[in-house]
Amino acid sequence: MNLLEIIKEPWPWYVAGPLIGLTVPILLIIGNKSFGISSSLRHICAACIPANISFFKYDWKKESWNLFFVFGIFLGGIIAAYLLANPNPVEITPQLSEQLASYGITDHSGLLPKELFSWESLFTLRGFIMIVVGGFLVGFGTRYAGGCTSGHAIMGISNLQWPSLVATICFMIGGFIMANLILPYILAL
Amino acid sequence: MNNLENKNTDTEGINASQLKDSGLSNLKYLLVGIFFGIVFVKAEIISWFRIQEMFQLQSFFMYGVIGSAVVVGVISVQIIKRFNIKTIHGEKIEIQPKVFSKGQIYGGLMFGFGWAITGACPGPLFAQIGTGVTVIVVTLLSAIAGTWFYGLIKDKLPH
Repeated sequence: MNLLEIIKEPWPWYVAGPLIGLTVPILLIIGNKSFGISSSLRHICAACIPANISFFKYDWKKESWNLFFVFGIFLGGIIAAYLLANPNPVEITPQLSEQLASYGITDHSGLLPKELFSWESLFTLRGFIMIVVGGFLVGFGTRYAGGCTSGHAIMGISNLQWPSLVATICFMIGGFIMANLILPYILAL
Repeated sequence: MNNLENKNTDTEGINASQLKDSGLSNLKYLLVGIFFGIVFVKAEIISWFRIQEMFQLQSFFMYGVIGSAVVVGVISVQIIKRFNIKTIHGEKIEIQPKVFSKGQIYGGLMFGFGWAITGACPGPLFAQIGTGVTVIVVTLLSAIAGTWFYGLIKDKLPH
């Protein structure tokens, strides 16, 4: 197997995890930047719709590196999807496959199920909750918590900050409650 | 952080550098972002399916990703502190401490709900759009609206 074919296969966790972890020292060393992605949403608010809200009145241009960073993530997504794409469907565990099939979700051709995340789905109650309400919770929750998986779970814990551990535990508790207790009702809509 | 006076409890993604970034020097963050986006997609971290498997304890994969990322992060930060490593511009590396607030509990739970629904944290949203799932632009706009709404009612919330 040549190198490009190996790269096109899905990468194992022990390759992806350390590469993500390395982002922490890379950002610190190239410019004294603390890793954190959800703050980009705040900078977009500050740049586009500050509306005289004090939380958005700051020099967002000084933080514009963060916007370059997330624009890079977007470009990375394009490169990975169009140049390095895995030709096979996403492999998922049989239990999940079976569960989802009972809600009519059987398309595993992409990284997101098309039955839930598509423009047609957006105009159904189920799709609206998944796409719009879910997104709102991500934006509101991360800012209220002062960070997301990158800012708290990775950067904060890397710097041994206990508030970040508290935040991470709450992210996980929220995720467990939603995925196991609430989401089944949403998927059944 | 005098330029972010409201940020005393919110130090995420902070620029501790006193140097002014020019447009050109910002390109290096674009490159790191591209690299990061490729990792997100190729390891399928941006997959809704992987997040469901994580929260339903059906797969070790995401725990392995986050766990090994944290281990590498902890070791890196300790090395930087122990050896007093400077930035490429010769500045002392500064990392703002995280200040506890109740927001980390309430906001954390809310983000957890959103994470399990959308299968995405803020970073993966950008990568998902890149892979061609254009409807995620709506999720991103909604996340921006959520952030904005937080800014609007922030002072009325328990912290």
